[in-house]
Amino acid sequence: MYQFNYHRPATMAEAVALYGEAEDGLYLSGGQTLIPTLKQRLAAPSDLIDLSGIDALKGIKVEDGVVRVGAFTRHAEVARSPEIRKALPVLAALAGHIGDAQVRNMGTLGGSVANSDPAADYPAAVIGLGATLYTQDRDIAADDYFQDLFETALTPGEILTRIDFPIPDRAAYRKFPNPASRYAVVGVLVADFDGTIRVGVTGAGPCAFRATALEEALARSFSPDAVRSVEVPEAGFNSDLHASAEYRANLVRVMAERAVGDILAG
Amino acid sequence: MSSSAATATGIGASVLRKEDLRFITGNGRYTDDLNQPGQSYAVFLRSPHARARIIGIDTREALKVPGVFAVLTGADMAADGLGDLPCGWEVKQKDGSDMVRAPHPPLAINVVNYVGEPYGVVIAATRAAARQGAEAVMTDFEEREPVVDLATARDSAAIHDGVPGNLAYDWELGDRAATEAALASAAHVTRLDLTNNRLIPNAMEPRAALGVYDRSGDEYTLYTTSQNPHLERLVLSAFVQIAPEHKLRVIAPDVGGGFGSKIFVYAEETTVVWAARKVGRPVKWTADRSESFLADAHGRDHVTHAELGLDADGNFVALKVETTANLGAYLSTFGSSVPTYLYGTLLAGQYRTPNIHVEVHGVYTNTCPVDAYRGAGRPEATYVVERIVETAARELGQDPAALRRRNMIRPEQFPYETPVALIYDTGNYEASLDRALELVDYAGFPARRAASEAAGRKRGIGFACYIEACGLAPSQLAIQLGAGVGLYESGEIRVNPTGSVTVFTGSHSHGQGHETTFAQVVSDRFGIPFENVEVVHGDTGRVEFGLGTYGSRSLAVGGSALVKAADKLIVKGRRIAAHMLEADVDAVAFEDGQFVVRDSNQSLAFGEVAFAAYVPTNYPTDLEPGFSEKAFYDPQNFTYPAGTHIAEVEVDADTGVVTLVNFVAVDDFGHVINPMIVDGQVHGGVAQGAGQALLEHGIYDDYGQLVTGSYMDYCMPRADDVPDFVVDTTVTPCTHNPLGVKGCGEAGAIGSPAAIMNAVTDAVGSNDVSMPATPEKIWRALAG
Ligand SMILES: Cc1cc2nc3c(=O)[nH]c(=O)nc-3n(C[C@H](O)[C@H](O)[C@H](O)COP(=O)(O)OP(=O)(O)OC[C@H]3O[C@@H](n4cnc5c(N)ncnc54)[C@H](O)[C@@H]3O)c2cc1C
Repeated sequence: MYQFNYHRPATMAEAVALYGEAEDGLYLSGGQTLIPTLKQRLAAPSDLIDLSGIDALKGIKVEDGVVRVGAFTRHAEVARSPEIRKALPVLAALAGHIGDAQVRNMGTLGGSVANSDPAADYPAAVIGLGATLYTQDRDIAADDYFQDLFETALTPGEILTRIDFPIPDRAAYRKFPNPASRYAVVGVLVADFDGTIRVGVTGAGPCAFRATALEEALARSFSPDAVRSVEVPEAGFNSDLHASAEYRANLVRVMAERAVGDILAG
Repeated sequence: MSSSAATATGIGASVLRKEDLRFITGNGRYTDDLNQPGQSYAVFLRSPHARARIIGIDTREALKVPGVFAVLTGADMAADGLGDLPCGWEVKQKDGSDMVRAPHPPLAINVVNYVGEPYGVVIAATRAAARQGAEAVMTDFEEREPVVDLATARDSAAIHDGVPGNLAYDWELGDRAATEAALASAAHVTRLDLTNNRLIPNAMEPRAALGVYDRSGDEYTLYTTSQNPHLERLVLSAFVQIAPEHKLRVIAPDVGGGFGSKIFVYAEETTVVWAARKVGRPVKWTADRSESFLADAHGRDHVTHAELGLDADGNFVALKVETTANLGAYLSTFGSSVPTYLYGTLLAGQYRTPNIHVEVHGVYTNTCPVDAYRGAGRPEATYVVERIVETAARELGQDPAALRRRNMIRPEQFPYETPVALIYDTGNYEASLDRALELVDYAGFPARRAASEAAGRKRGIGFACYIEACGLAPSQLAIQLGAGVGLYESGEIRVNPTGSVTVFTGSHSHGQGHETTFAQVVSDRFGIPFENVEVVHGDTGRVEFGLGTYGSRSLAVGGSALVKAADKLIVKGRRIAAHMLEADVDAVAFEDGQFVVRDSNQSLAFGEVAFAAYVPTNYPTDLEPGFSEKAFYDPQNFTYPAGTHIAEVEVDADTGVVTLVNFVAVDDFGHVINPMIVDGQVHGGVAQGAGQALLEHGIYDDYGQLVTGSYMDYCMPRADDVPDFVVDTTVTPCTHNPLGVKGCGEAGAIGSPAAIMNAVTDAVGSNDVSMPATPEKIWRALAG
């Protein structure tokens, strides 16, 4: 780690002001991505602005057919929240399979979605459930949020404050974990909103995206066979040591098929 | 000392490990836990390139960093007259010439040959300052084309001057002409190409070293993560020439795992002990995990072509093996011996194959040096033998268990001399095969396979009937074959006046539980409470000499030395007791902790005799007082643990995921001192073997950069990657050591990769799958 100044503001206004004053500031949330990056000396911020003291970023609320989750909500809190488990069990289950217990006890929803690692799990839920993302200045639709590898609609200094997840009639998430890191090589979330299907895919491409061909096929016939009939093109998919683009394309189909199977099995 | 207490903790009892209380309560004392007044910290300068010439090292900015005391380089070390890191095993080539050693200075001078190779060190008041200093060093490299690919390394430009074809040696064993003739006339020949994947050891505790120089006595102390502190001292003294042996003390305190990677003498501990004197302060270094990946000696990394000939009845008539072994950029401490004497000699396996020939090309590449890693040579040999035997069975449509059984050396054939230089003393291979078949319910396999199929998964079963050679021996033969050191072990038993016992062993425990097992052996021998025995190891200042722990040798060799020392004490005790009881020495026996006069009711307890030895009131005048003895034990032969491992896997055809669903290991380790510890060793070994077969792979890219340099990409086996293991033992006692023990540390890692890959290829229906059998590879194999 290089030296930096550490701040722990209590309000959003303070946090934004600190960011404005810093030469090269970074927000710190659960630290599960940022701290390892600092330790490896891959980042050298002048100031770390710790968001953990800001109450406005915390809390879980279910209202108006929507689950509202504060950005500073730990993965473990989402996983065991009775409200979420009741209203949106797919999100609790997804959070419960992020990393390991230590990571879940520290990592946060906002940190994960702000970071937009191509292999992160939450982005599949943001896309698949058609969430709305809030910052101090505006709200952003899920479909406009993820832009490229580690690139989102957030502008410098913008803080994710809350994410609202609409509650579908039924949904399931299937993840193919990287055997080494256990991040998602591919993760697929399938949600059915009264016959309108959304399929959010993470891991396969540079950032999370909607698999529209799968959505259309499933809208016609909500069955594993419908998934199997769809060609998932590998163009633009990630290819690395663990999985080629072609193999990832296969995994998108298989995970989607299994998610549909899970939903049908109830 | 009731005999029931003795049996509850004696030989054969699953005594809980003494050392675990301190380990699981965070009270272990590892090298990094130790600190010295005025201590400084070392951070190494490591090559970012796989191959480059060092044009210049500009240290000026680094020296300006506050807290930096010194920046030292390979040239500084050479100027102080320090020697190369030696390779301790001279392998004779097939033309009779010596192997070709590339110079291996501890800190590189002028050229670097793998990513992570240290070429300098920054020493500072804090670790952060040292790191800052290291980043401020400006090194000018001239990059050169690296040699990375093993298969083409021999046709590539020479890495080292004077090493054409990057060939360290061409080595062979066995009768080539007879083997080729037998293959030519065989009824069936099975051919197989195999790769044995490179592994990175990943001990839980990274390597660390703390060097201390005491000016008043001109003495050095090195605390380090070593499996082998006396060897460390010997090499640093005799070869690197840091200090004479009597001025250098090496202490290996608690060490958190080694698997071989901590046997070797590395640049880092060499540097800190040298630098301690240069900077006039203790110098400490602890590797971070990234350094461990880059610079702990790696394991395995072979490509092999093998041919097995069978006659019309299915008898093996010949095995011919040609292997190219990656030795990395330099010959590490034992690197040359692993793919030769620890590999070629094991190719007979459990079988009577009459003709065997093996040829090994040991090559240099621009990668981290490769050396012994759990099993060292024997997993590679087992992989060749057991994969090709299984393949032959499939080609011939024979039951793989039956084909093995037909060819096994039978119990009445021991001692059995193989065509590859070993004499197996004893064994009963069918006994462990039979027990394993029973435990796995071989007859029920078709039904299990059908059940898996019905659930949409493919199921496969695979065998490995392995042999290994442990307790490398005997010294004279090994030295003739090129070993640079003896292969005995030393032990000392000091009985204190009150009858408690301190045991000193030259072997070293870094997870094996010697403090427990050796205490069991000694307390059992003396009939005294287990709690009264303390085991000391890992300190050249306290233990006379030793050769450390590797090759599953500790109990068979180190334990035998202790038995020998104990027996000397019993002889002396009988003389003391005879004097005290006014009996003839020949009439005094030692039984259950009592010196007894035969056919009388007279006896003295062990403690009473010990006390008399230190307070000699009624004592033989011609006998020295005191009650301690030492012994060196040099084995007559290797020990030959053997057994059958059977794996069952399920394969998800849609994703290619392989799940290890069942694993049976039946091992013959001779007598077992502590069954719980033995089970644990097998569990750990099998988990590592499963790692090799399914998960782990050290991969360099074409530029020689380590791609799998962190846990994000290098996949270690986790608890949920393995099933509940079914383990059992059969027993044929070793015939030539006093405990009848063979060694159990490596067997799990030796048998399991072949068993698992045989199961995987059975499930997939294709032999064309290399380790690790990752999901995408399997998916592609199934896509055909
Ligand atoms: C061993 C390990 C395993 C993991 N496995 C998984 C896995 O399986 N699946 C998975 O999805 N993830 C995994 N992760 C990542 C984990 O979920 C992280 O917690 C997450 O990616 C980042 O969240 P954080 O709260 O830790 O953010 P931090 O690390 O604190 O921050 C990450 C980045 O986001 C920025 N940031 C943080 N909060 C905000 C905000 N509110 N507004 C704007 N910017 C912000 C920070 O400035 C930083 O750049 C793993 C991590 C580790 C260490």
